[in-house]
Amino acid sequence: MKKTYQKAWFLVLPVLLLVAFNALIPMMTVVNYSVQETFGNNLFFWEGLGWFEKLLNSDRFHAALGRQFMFTGLILVIEVPLGIAIALAMPRQGIWVPFFLVTMALPMLIPWNVVGAMWNIFTLPDIGLLGYFMNHTLGIDYNMTQDPFAAWATIITMDVWHWTSLVVLLSYAGLVSIPDAYYQAAKIDGASKWAVFRYIQLPKMKQVLTIAILLRFMDSFNIYTEIFVLTGGGPGNSTTLLSIDLVKIALGQFDLGPAAAMSLIYFAITLLISWLFYTLMTKDDVK
Amino acid sequence: MARITLSQLRHSYLPNPKGPDDYVLKDIDLDWHDGGAYALLGPSGCGKSTLLNIISGLLAPSEGRILFDGKDVTDLPPEQRNIAQVFQFPVIYDTMTVYNNLAFPLRNRGVDEAVVKDRVTKIAEMLDVTEMLRKPAAGLSPDNKQKISMGRGLVRDDVNVVMFDEPLTVIDPHLKWTLRSKLKELHQKVRATMIYVTHDQTEALTFADQVVVMEDGQIVQIGTPVELFERPTHTFVGHFIGSPGMNILPCNVQNGQALFEGHTVVLEGPIEAGTVDQGAGLTQIGIRPEFITFGATGVPATVRKVADIGRHSVVDTVVGETLIKVIVEGAAPVQGAATHLRFDPSKTRLYRDGWIATQALEAAE
Repeated sequence: MKKTYQKAWFLVLPVLLLVAFNALIPMMTVVNYSVQETFGNNLFFWEGLGWFEKLLNSDRFHAALGRQFMFTGLILVIEVPLGIAIALAMPRQGIWVPFFLVTMALPMLIPWNVVGAMWNIFTLPDIGLLGYFMNHTLGIDYNMTQDPFAAWATIITMDVWHWTSLVVLLSYAGLVSIPDAYYQAAKIDGASKWAVFRYIQLPKMKQVLTIAILLRFMDSFNIYTEIFVLTGGGPGNSTTLLSIDLVKIALGQFDLGPAAAMSLIYFAITLLISWLFYTLMTKDDVK
Repeated sequence: MARITLSQLRHSYLPNPKGPDDYVLKDIDLDWHDGGAYALLGPSGCGKSTLLNIISGLLAPSEGRILFDGKDVTDLPPEQRNIAQVFQFPVIYDTMTVYNNLAFPLRNRGVDEAVVKDRVTKIAEMLDVTEMLRKPAAGLSPDNKQKISMGRGLVRDDVNVVMFDEPLTVIDPHLKWTLRSKLKELHQKVRATMIYVTHDQTEALTFADQVVVMEDGQIVQIGTPVELFERPTHTFVGHFIGSPGMNILPCNVQNGQALFEGHTVVLEGPIEAGTVDQGAGLTQIGIRPEFITFGATGVPATVRKVADIGRHSVVDTVVGETLIKVIVEGAAPVQGAATHLRFDPSKTRLYRDGWIATQALEAAE
């Protein structure tokens, strides 16, 4: 075999150490917990794959996972088309461009717990702007602390409000990078608006849309703060998504073993779906 | 196929143009015949692309009218003008195959699929892309992509005019020549009116039957390649076309005679009346390097530099302060030698404020 220069490995070492300390080692402690049972006092008993088995067969986990898929599915189905539509409607040049860009970016600048608190107040039936308007002006019985449907409508709306901008900004970046000649050629070729979208705009946005969908998937699949602040998982367990359930098990019940097993399964699902998304969306890219 | 008439066309990108400087196109009048091959030649920023976009309908002119076969199309959008345009950078639809790319303009117009197949096959054959029809268009090389965008224009049989906006910019030098001859060949086959915009004189002169030279929003000369070379009507044309360009020498006019560095220079014909009033205007003599010879008599000059470029040599000579380039075939004088220059009178002209001011004795045009 040809002798190669091996000293470059030393240059990678600092990064390796950093990653080890902030990801690999904490992760390994989770792996460690997931195969043991503890009753406090730092006493641990070997449990093997028992927690994994129990969790995968538990109705509670299935329900939380189902809610999680519903949440992520719904926000993707709403945010991606809506984001593209807004990006298409935004002006591509002129004095209004900065105004729209900043307006679009604003919701994303607000901290997650503040978003939760804002919407909490916003939806209060008697003093919240939205709550009052729905109940007293429109006469619709709307109380998200009591009605699961109202709670779901609220968390979906909140996420759409908070994160559609990300899809908008990424799609917009894809749109402005299309040279004018494409639109001119399409005009001359007699292409309809739909054909322009289908054959010029969508293909050119594909790269950034892949990133947008991936980011929105990961973020929404791991969402915790906003929903915890807004509904706390209620009413009942109706908005208890995976992360909320996980925190309940880990910090509420202090079941470290089951919580660790759930963390690992949660992580594996996120990773698997992200990989699937990415592979499917980039499979026919021209190298 | 159509005759194209541009009538008193002016265009400004400003909403309220004031002086002539605000216009990128200043009063364009043109008449292009059906089935001709034309070139718009000029340096970057002379307004040629603007003019092209006005003809295609992508841009509405500030003033003036465009007529196709005598029919006013000024207010028609591009898709109703039946034109085709090939852009500087190849525009192809990435997600489609080559076949679908070529079929796209036809399908958008609801053409029957059997006809589409027939037309696409024919055009693909003409462009030598038949074997790539099933391939995705995104993976093609730039020259093939540019062929496909040409093909999308030619595939429609109702095309009035095909326009090329510097189509060879991104093509490798060795393929430029091939593609250029392909274009010429295509023109002979389809006989569509073609307009080719470029800043490259070789491209313009080889492609077109008639070249329109533009500078600063104005047409300075319209003519065949030979006319542009032999008798430029403006010093800009003389300088812009030819390699090296025309020598432009400062001169004085006295008693109907042109004096250069104290030597009387014989011109092609009499100086036009009305332009002889002394002292007014800038007068220059224009003579191409090809039409100067060395001799024992004539204007005394010193050889400064000799550049042998293969087929001929370009000799830089100086007369007083003025540099004069001479092209000689065969033996060139040595550097530093004193010699005499003889100007071919029939190719020597007087220009006044840039425009030609001598009358040709035998009608050249």
